[in-house]
Amino acid sequence: MNNVFVYIEIEDKEIADVSLELLTKGRELANTLGVQLEAVAIGKDVKCHAAELAKYGADVVWVADDEIFAPFRTLPHTAVMVGLIEQEKPQIALFGATPVGRDFAPRVSSALHSGLTADCTELVIGEHKDAKTGKEYDSLLYQIRPAFGGNIIATIVNPECRPQMATVREGVMRKEELATPAAGEIREINWKPMVKDTDLAVRIVERHIEERKINIKGASIIVAGGYGVGSKEGFGLVHELAEVLGGEVGASRAAVDAGFTEHERQIGQTGVTVRPKLYIACGISGQIQHTAGMDGSAMIVSINTDPEAPINKIADYAIVGSVEEVIPKMIKYYKQNSK
Amino acid sequence: MAKQVPDTRNVGKDAMTPEGTVNRAALAAIFNPEDLNALEMALQLKDRVGNATVHILTMGPQRAADIIREAMFRGADGGYLLSGREFAGSDTLATSYALACALRKINPDIIVAGRQAIDGDTAQVGPQVAEKLDLPQVTYAEELVDVKEGEITIKRRLERGTEVVVSPLPAVITVNSSAKECRPRNAKRVMKYKYALATSELAEAEHNRKAFVEERDYLHIIEFSATDVNPDPEQLGLAGSPTKVKKIENVVFQAKEAKTLTAEDKDIEALMQELIASHTLG
Repeated sequence: MNNVFVYIEIEDKEIADVSLELLTKGRELANTLGVQLEAVAIGKDVKCHAAELAKYGADVVWVADDEIFAPFRTLPHTAVMVGLIEQEKPQIALFGATPVGRDFAPRVSSALHSGLTADCTELVIGEHKDAKTGKEYDSLLYQIRPAFGGNIIATIVNPECRPQMATVREGVMRKEELATPAAGEIREINWKPMVKDTDLAVRIVERHIEERKINIKGASIIVAGGYGVGSKEGFGLVHELAEVLGGEVGASRAAVDAGFTEHERQIGQTGVTVRPKLYIACGISGQIQHTAGMDGSAMIVSINTDPEAPINKIADYAIVGSVEEVIPKMIKYYKQNSK
Repeated sequence: MAKQVPDTRNVGKDAMTPEGTVNRAALAAIFNPEDLNALEMALQLKDRVGNATVHILTMGPQRAADIIREAMFRGADGGYLLSGREFAGSDTLATSYALACALRKINPDIIVAGRQAIDGDTAQVGPQVAEKLDLPQVTYAEELVDVKEGEITIKRRLERGTEVVVSPLPAVITVNSSAKECRPRNAKRVMKYKYALATSELAEAEHNRKAFVEERDYLHIIEFSATDVNPDPEQLGLAGSPTKVKKIENVVFQAKEAKTLTAEDKDIEALMQELIASHTLG
């Protein structure tokens, strides 16, 4: 009762990074509240992950292990999650804001009639006084998220309904192994009474998993292009600079929407959050939608023809000039000056 | 299901106040982009099945009827506007409840919606409506593969890759931006439907237009008030919303000391030398 739940996403026998990041955050919340952190793993052959989950802070690992749970399907996962939450009554339940989490967490919240806040960028425990009723609450989960295209930051609370549910995108929180792992005690979920035959009505007939080829999250140098790069061909220059500097190529939503580059490279609220050592923003105006995903970079260099571009307000160096003119010079002088 | 949203993607300079916050009134109201992808998929369903109609359901103020007309210009047969003060302050759960009440009344065979709306980006309403109606859901839909009696086959996007699923009908499908773009307006349809009005608009219309629309059923956008869809008032609007907004902060750009450089060779060379010397590069 009253513990913190984290749903663990497992694909191809691998735990998703976001689940480990949520365990680290969940550990912190559980410590503040003085309760246990419990991981929920639903899939096939998931028990072997218990030790790994304990390293990231799970006191308890709930498992439902059966072929019907892999690959992920909405209805059986929802049924088990709802059943377990009704049985265990956690006060908080966290999910990754992945296609899986964003598919079934809303369904779980609806079934439990509890509120869910999507894509939180921060989760903290705090007090709350209801403005209307005057009722005071000791330790609610503040679910902090950008809204309105990132132009406002909202703090959301669920005063009355439990669990307090939130999703968080990959890369937003940090994952950290504990010096001494938690207990990681395995408990079997008695799932058979929870899943109805009709929950199995949707069938997966074909599945195609692509190799993860682009890794902008782990890159220490990112060269990102925006709409100002102008074309798919223009992105060639961005790639060239990234290659010379040993970095990865990122992009703003506008550049991805315009078809200049792949969706996997999108940085920002609806893409990936990055914190590289060096971020070179090429032809990116710097809408909050984008900067929210990169303003933690250690150093930001912007290349923009508009000296008033909002990106320059968070840049360390603002080069006023066109991408076509500046990038070749950067390549030239990098090669000349590096050994 | 579709939503009229403020165009948060294009917050231009004129939409920013001197304090660096957004002036929401300066943003245009648009058809939520992924709802247009959803409309296209619905129209494809109609093309395949033949004997079918496509209707838009939207919840919002009177002006949201604009997106129903827009959908009619592009191929929809008509629409429903769910409107009323009772719905104000709804979070996703209360919104889903209201839409589910309306859908029970309309009783469609397939419900198609955009994956998420750009003003909230939550992607919750589709799955929550499905749960309220006890229907299966297929989210992140990218392509309509097949539809036949009682069954739909959809290709959907995964985190890395795609999968093809077969779901019994009725079902709720939410459509991704990677799906086919919506067909454009059709000039003949614009001529035919431009005078379409929702019930409350009709009441306020001037005499001639009122008479014109009243004679033509196909120009009538059906408007539901809260009482029309028999909801439990406890589950509507602010009262029916478990999540409460505790605080809103406007994002203000914090200016930091940016060093401005020109595109001249000496500036770029000095920068690259500095980045190498500080071990930021190399």
